[in-house]
Amino acid sequence: MADHPQKPGAPVTERPMSPHLTIYRWQVTMLASITHRVTGMGLGLGALVLAWWLVSISNGPEGYEDFMDYAETPLGLLILFGFTWALSFHFLNGIRHLAWDLGYGFEKRTATQSGSLVYVLSVVLALGIFAFAWTGHGGYLQ
Amino acid sequence: MSSLETPLHKVQGLGAAHSGTGHFWRERLTSVALIPLSLWFAYAVLGLIDTNEVAVVSFLAHPWNAILMAAFVVISFYHLSLGLQVVIDDYVHTAGTKLFLRLLITVLWIAGSLVSVFALVRIAAL
Repeated sequence: MADHPQKPGAPVTERPMSPHLTIYRWQVTMLASITHRVTGMGLGLGALVLAWWLVSISNGPEGYEDFMDYAETPLGLLILFGFTWALSFHFLNGIRHLAWDLGYGFEKRTATQSGSLVYVLSVVLALGIFAFAWTGHGGYLQ
Repeated sequence: MSSLETPLHKVQGLGAAHSGTGHFWRERLTSVALIPLSLWFAYAVLGLIDTNEVAVVSFLAHPWNAILMAAFVVISFYHLSLGLQVVIDDYVHTAGTKLFLRLLITVLWIAGSLVSVFALVRIAAL
């Protein structure tokens, strides 16, 4: 700030600012990008829970019960629903990213629409998975 | 126009960061592998919901299921390490912290993978 290019008293010129998070107007594409990163980090915790699940099962019936006791609490179910939605979002938005890598869907309108679609579909998918289980359709691998 | 790039550097194709497109490419490869594996994982977990310990163990003890679960977990952990590295590269600007977090992530994905695969071996032996 010491080397201010404008002389004191000179009229202030409005220079373009380098865009940053706090300056950008919020858009779907930007939000989807941030959500992709946040869900990715959240799924890091999910991967640790997955490892914990496998270790619990390997400890025999008591270990399995221990894990299920945690998983079946309201907080446990809420966390599992969070992972389900995060994986749904990261999965769908990841496919969107792969399409971009192949050169498809870069038009402004298309990118915005596919972003909104990913949000809607991820919620539908996560709710669908929980509804499927809660209506007793799960457990077909008995 | 003459280039200051040495012929060796040119054929190596690794650019200024000395790693080329390797990180980008591995992230894409693992993400493509995780598409069918995630679908299989959803199929497996939904199929095991509301069952019991015996059903879960006998499912995971089956060789194909054990291999698919091991692939899902290991590739997920590796993909995670690649993604987290980008986050660190973006937000951490201190060399020491960067190195520490990078080591932490490497330990995390390898340890997570080893623990999970060993658990699967133990399940198969139950």
